[in-house]
Amino acid sequence: MSRNAEHPVLRVSSLSRNFGGLRALNDVDLDIRAGEIVALIGPNGAGKTTFFNCVTGIYVPTEGDVFACRPGMETPARLNGMKPFRITELGLARTFQNIRLFSSMTVLENVMIGRHCRTKAGVLGAILRDGKTRAEEQDSVDRAYELLKELNLEAHWKEEARNLPYGAQRRLEIARALATDPFLLLLDEPAAGMNPQETLELKELVLELREKFTLSVLLIEHDMGMVMSLSDRIFVMEYGSRIAAGTPEEIRHNPEVIRAYLGESDNA
Amino acid sequence: MEFDFQYFLGIFFSGLTRGSIYALIALGYTMVYGIIGLINFAHGEIYMLGAFTALIVAGILGGLGLPWWGILVIASLVAMVWCSAYGYTVEKVAYKPLRGASRLAPLISAIGMSTFLQNYVQLAQTSNSVPFPRLIPRRFEFLQDMGNFMAPGDFIMLMTSLLIMVALALFIRYTKMGKAMRATAQNRKMAMLLGIDADRIISLTFIIGSALAALGGTLIAARTGQVGFAIGFLAGMKAFTAAVLGGIGSIPGAMLGGLVLGLAEGFTAGYFSSDYEDVLAFALLVLILIFRPAGLLGKAAIQKV
Amino acid sequence: MNVTMRILLRSLMVGAWFVLLTFPVLCVKVAARQHTVTVLWERALGMFVVMIGCSLLWMWYFHRKEHGSESGPSAVSAALAGLSEKWHGLTSNRIFSSSGIGALLAVGVLLPLVGSMYQTTIFANAFLYVMLALGLNIAVGIAGQLVLGYAAFYAIGAYTYGLLNQYFGLGFWACLPVGGLMAALAGLLLGFPVLRLQGDYLAIVTLGFGEIVRLLLNNLRDLTGGSQGVANISRPAFFMDLTPDQSMNYMYYLTFAAMIITIIVVARLKNSRVGLALQALRDDEIASEAMGIDLRTVKLQAFALGSCWAGFAGVLLAARINFISPASFTFMDSAMVLSMVVLGGMGSISGVVVAALVLTLAPEYLRAFSEYRMLLFGALMVLMMIFRPQGLIPSRKRVYSPAGAASGPAEGGRA
Repeated sequence: MSRNAEHPVLRVSSLSRNFGGLRALNDVDLDIRAGEIVALIGPNGAGKTTFFNCVTGIYVPTEGDVFACRPGMETPARLNGMKPFRITELGLARTFQNIRLFSSMTVLENVMIGRHCRTKAGVLGAILRDGKTRAEEQDSVDRAYELLKELNLEAHWKEEARNLPYGAQRRLEIARALATDPFLLLLDEPAAGMNPQETLELKELVLELREKFTLSVLLIEHDMGMVMSLSDRIFVMEYGSRIAAGTPEEIRHNPEVIRAYLGESDNA
Repeated sequence: MEFDFQYFLGIFFSGLTRGSIYALIALGYTMVYGIIGLINFAHGEIYMLGAFTALIVAGILGGLGLPWWGILVIASLVAMVWCSAYGYTVEKVAYKPLRGASRLAPLISAIGMSTFLQNYVQLAQTSNSVPFPRLIPRRFEFLQDMGNFMAPGDFIMLMTSLLIMVALALFIRYTKMGKAMRATAQNRKMAMLLGIDADRIISLTFIIGSALAALGGTLIAARTGQVGFAIGFLAGMKAFTAAVLGGIGSIPGAMLGGLVLGLAEGFTAGYFSSDYEDVLAFALLVLILIFRPAGLLGKAAIQKV
Repeated sequence: MNVTMRILLRSLMVGAWFVLLTFPVLCVKVAARQHTVTVLWERALGMFVVMIGCSLLWMWYFHRKEHGSESGPSAVSAALAGLSEKWHGLTSNRIFSSSGIGALLAVGVLLPLVGSMYQTTIFANAFLYVMLALGLNIAVGIAGQLVLGYAAFYAIGAYTYGLLNQYFGLGFWACLPVGGLMAALAGLLLGFPVLRLQGDYLAIVTLGFGEIVRLLLNNLRDLTGGSQGVANISRPAFFMDLTPDQSMNYMYYLTFAAMIITIIVVARLKNSRVGLALQALRDDEIASEAMGIDLRTVKLQAFALGSCWAGFAGVLLAARINFISPASFTFMDSAMVLSMVVLGGMGSISGVVVAALVLTLAPEYLRAFSEYRMLLFGALMVLMMIFRPQGLIPSRKRVYSPAGAASGPAEGGRA
């Protein structure tokens, strides 16, 4: 345990991403240690979601490196250019800013999809339905149901995902991500559209999940109350670049951050 | 082996002619795709309907003692008008109710429409191929004087289609309707917010595309002297290949793609074997879609997450 | 009242429009050589009446859909929904469904004994189409990939048997796996570069592939016999050589068994881990990949299985009719199989079985109808997309039973 604390679970160095002439990410560094909750904040359009997409393989970074290492593993894996499903297999799982559930599938099936990368049955198994396939399938079903219980969704398990209330859909996305057995959970604006009460519950939930599943968490969030009280460390971005990093206390007093959020004229 | 320049020229011009007709039909595919993102599978059938309508008009006019060009012009015009109506109706019946449905739905509907129209003509007219009156004279004096590198039918086809394409390009570039079409193709929602009636623009696109296909059908029928209910499939696929080759959605691309495909086929048939000209077209279609789906003049799109 | 008048007036106009539209092609016949022109007025009249009727129905439907949102889109589709609901209710009842299946099996087994040779033949043909339609349903309904060149894989299977038999004298049982394998290989080779394409591009590529296969079969005359096809393919033997009559019955039973196996295989695939992943891919590819689904592997598996099935069907076809030619594998054949899938319901197994049986048997029993069969197939595809895109009997979902979940009386049934 202790020896591997040297390897951060995620280490991003000099990450850049261009879209044509536009530089959406410029030389961003970030690292997450095992068990940490790290927030990525910044004004709209600062490049936070692009950063997520580069880490999870949806975009290929133009420059820079992304390394990830499951706690207990010796060598970190380089994620650049890896397909999204491989990155998920490695143990990074995400949610989406604009919820992307499988809307025609039931709540349970959504979570079962998360088990896909941890199971093996192929076409032949499907056709023969041998004991191993059936056992594997039942295991997926049971584990998915367990996760639903964890997130208080078990009452809805048979409903179609699109019929869930908004807050429940956000939680379902988290359950689906957890089903992939991640060591790093990436949450893209998990509290967006939630009321203060729900936000508070979400905060408690994230803390609880970190303990239970020994997770590290990287989250993008606009709700400062939640960010400040939840995060161990915070990275601040503006115009594609990292402008500050530190503990919530440091960030609160960082003049750069204050400038970025409040504008320069307020200092006078 | 000696290089036969006369033979080469002959092949070149017949390829060019063929290509110009492909381009004419391809415009209909590309315009519709540009605006509603649909592969209008029934477009080849509109071309076939054009040929049949012209056949019927020519048959009616045949006994009246009109000059050949008079018959050709009237037959083409009637075919164009009627096929515009067909195109308009097909859009209203088979595609308009499906706006906002899943992506596969309009495509399946288009395939159904294509099957329907083909069998409609087969049942209404005949399942055999019918001779089309040979309207175009065997020889033009001035072509003979220029070294006889082109058949009169080819000459008429090439000139007409080039003329029409220039006219279309001008229409789209400079008229208000043309600008509205371009705006709708770029961003339908925005165009609607700016007061453009998208439904009308879509109808217009189908009307113009169908008229062009009908003209192509008439010209080809007059040149080859034959029509049949099944000619739309192959012609449609070739024209679609041309549209994809040029970059589907791009109007200059469709013109370029048509000419390139026509020449490629012409040379394959002329120097290799005419057995393989269709294989060539389909192979081109498959290979372009796999390796360069954006075509010669199209551009790739980035998906937003 | 006012609305009714308006609808009536519009219907009259629509009728007139269609008469005008269809007049030249539908109602005028010319014989160019003799310069005779025949006008068939009765067709114009028929068109007028029919189109007024259609237009009334059309406007009524869309009127109901817009204004009567509580009462559902329309009575017809409500009735259909009710029927398919009942169907699902019946089929998920264990006793009923097993006795129903038993009865169907018995009918299938007894048919050659009681029916005429003609009936045996058309039923064997219908079963073959069920097999094809279900195979295509793997790609179209389950994997959500529109394949327009399905006949090509069918052709590959048929020609594998035809040619291996002609040149090397190989028998049916040796060729059956080879034919399936060849078709699956072709599917893999085509699918590998193609499956990342957008849905409609994939459709066109498979269409192009289908045409290339057909044209090659036509043009490689030395190998395939060109448009003459391959004739005198051996009938499969059953321990001893069979007379034509016996062989026909034998082929009937083989096709019947193959159909049953197909139904089981497709149902199991649909309800498996791979099937669930395919459903996720249909919903949202990006989210699926982010959740750890290897898009290419999963799609390739489905695609290969679907083409493999067409290959099997092709071998069965060649063995049954002993003669194959490129004319049996045109785009229209692909479109016909597709219309069965669309009519039955994409992804639905019972729906596709019923649709394939009806669409192949109806033209045989209703001779008057057989001429209009492709016309109808085309119209059906359009109408289904507009009025009932989920098909006659929509796909049914499997109900899982997690340990610890309170299970009500309605669940526990498995699709």
